[in-house]
Amino acid sequence: MTQLIAIAGLSVAFSGVPVLRGVDLALQKGEALGLVGESGSGKSVTWLAALGLLPRHAQVAGSVRLDGREILGAPSAELDHVRGGRIAMIFQDPASALNPVLTIRKQLCEALALHRDLSGEAVKAEARRLLDLVGIPDAARRLSAYPHEFSGGQVQRVMIAMALAGNPDLLIADEPTTALDATIQAQILELLSLVRREMGMAMVLISHDLGVVAENCDRVAVMYAGRIVEAAPSNQLFADPVHPYAQGLIGALPPLDGPRRRLTAIPGTVPDPAHMPSGCAYAPRCALAGESCGLAAPTLAPIADDRSVACVRAEASRRAVLGMAAE
Amino acid sequence: MGRYLAIRIGRAALTIVLVVTFAFIVLRLSGDPALMILGPEAPPEVLAAFRKAWGLDDPIWAQYFDYFGAIAKGELGRSMRDGRPAIELVLERIPATLALTLPAFFFKVALGIPAGIYAALHRGSGIDRAVMMTAVAGFTVPSFVLALLLVLVFAVQLGWLPSGGQDSWRHAILPITTLSLGGAAVLARFTRSAMLEVLGQPYIRTASAKGVPWRKVVTSHALPNAAIPTVTILGFMVGTLIAGAVVVESVFAWPGVGRLLVVAVANRDLAVVQCILLLVAMTMVTSNLIVDFLYGFLDPRLRTKGAHA
Repeated sequence: MTQLIAIAGLSVAFSGVPVLRGVDLALQKGEALGLVGESGSGKSVTWLAALGLLPRHAQVAGSVRLDGREILGAPSAELDHVRGGRIAMIFQDPASALNPVLTIRKQLCEALALHRDLSGEAVKAEARRLLDLVGIPDAARRLSAYPHEFSGGQVQRVMIAMALAGNPDLLIADEPTTALDATIQAQILELLSLVRREMGMAMVLISHDLGVVAENCDRVAVMYAGRIVEAAPSNQLFADPVHPYAQGLIGALPPLDGPRRRLTAIPGTVPDPAHMPSGCAYAPRCALAGESCGLAAPTLAPIADDRSVACVRAEASRRAVLGMAAE
Repeated sequence: MGRYLAIRIGRAALTIVLVVTFAFIVLRLSGDPALMILGPEAPPEVLAAFRKAWGLDDPIWAQYFDYFGAIAKGELGRSMRDGRPAIELVLERIPATLALTLPAFFFKVALGIPAGIYAALHRGSGIDRAVMMTAVAGFTVPSFVLALLLVLVFAVQLGWLPSGGQDSWRHAILPITTLSLGGAAVLARFTRSAMLEVLGQPYIRTASAKGVPWRKVVTSHALPNAAIPTVTILGFMVGTLIAGAVVVESVFAWPGVGRLLVVAVANRDLAVVQCILLLVAMTMVTSNLIVDFLYGFLDPRLRTKGAHA
């Protein structure tokens, strides 16, 4: 596999308060990556920053390379080509993500006209095909409807159609099912994996639902307080989390089989971005924290093939888990 | 849709009736027209004859029903001062007023809306702050103060423009400027906040995320949405075209409807005052109706709601 996008040392601050503190993340062509973490950990901000979609007062630094070409701070004409054309994005609240005063046709055709060499009737035909593809019945007629005439699940389907319009290489799905109810959620996720397979597209699934990520992603990156703390193939991460925070997250999941056990919650709360502890941001909540944890923020370092973790106590933490499993 | 329309029009008619009734009662309770027009020296029998001739000694409810009866027949009464039909007096003043308010409306829109949009798009910049400071000054300073200020500078100090009267187009410059500045300030502030609200919406981010160039995001995604609240204030401004220049006309001695109103009120020339108020109420209500329909045109969400109502 070849690398599609590589983010290195990406940091974002809003009026001096750091929100992202050096994110390193890479994605292969066609890969599905899950990005998990609590709200405020910087999952969405990472991608909004990469695409230059943050408000102007955000201070962004670092590097984002798409096919080896730097896009962070690229001229807007170039970014407009990347947005929607190479990297498309869908959002959490589909109802407010579509323009309420424009018809679906207008919004869909706009994306098609921007990124595809189509004109006139071909644009309309392609718009109909896309609506069909995402499972909107009676596509020809529904094109002239307005967003408020669709249900929440349908609007998200329209959003997906719009994201597919530019034949992107990467789809960022930012909590695409959070605002939807459980059955619709499953349908939308199924649709996403279907179109991903069909179009050979890479996907980043941003979610705080570990189950959703486990089922839909090849690899998972866990974010905490503006940093990636662990990245690993999904099966390995869920079976054998190394970072104490990842362990905490997975420990908070109810097991489907086996005896009932008390769910363990992570003590404490996420630190306030304006008052980050020196050293590891997770140390104040970490059971394994030692003196060395407060000294410097640990960097994301490889611990195995395709696995990396940002924790100075990684080995100890791993042993603790393995020890517990052996008992 | 038909029922929605009927309800709107019914409500509009009710508003007009209420305005006219209120004006009728207040005017009759606020002084004796006979005394105002003939003067306190006039002999009692002349006053009595005057009151009898104009029906002023009838009970107020009888006068009220006579008045509405006359309106139903299309008669709006006669001026007590010169006996001419009130409507004629008012109509001949309308062109003069429109000569001020129409250009002023144009300048308000041409200045206020672009300034508001610009300020919103460059929020926090020096120009944004300058526009907003001017706007706050523009609508906190009462129009008569602004008018006097302009007269002081351009008529008295510099001597470039006349301070009052209606002899040439140059006489219209200061009154139009006074009206335009205040309105443009209101419109700029309103447009700016409407734009800021819209620019913060998720669908603006969606448009950017699909690669729409920023200029097009503004023109085809933000502006149509920001137009919805802005139309409200524009409708209000259209409603004031007929009688929105009362103060300015008085300061600049401009013989328009506003000045006629001031004189007629001072003289208790009942029919004229009522005629003007009826006209004002009708333009206000009509422009509100137009705004309601424009909402339906601009906002598809209301269109469907309207159809179900």
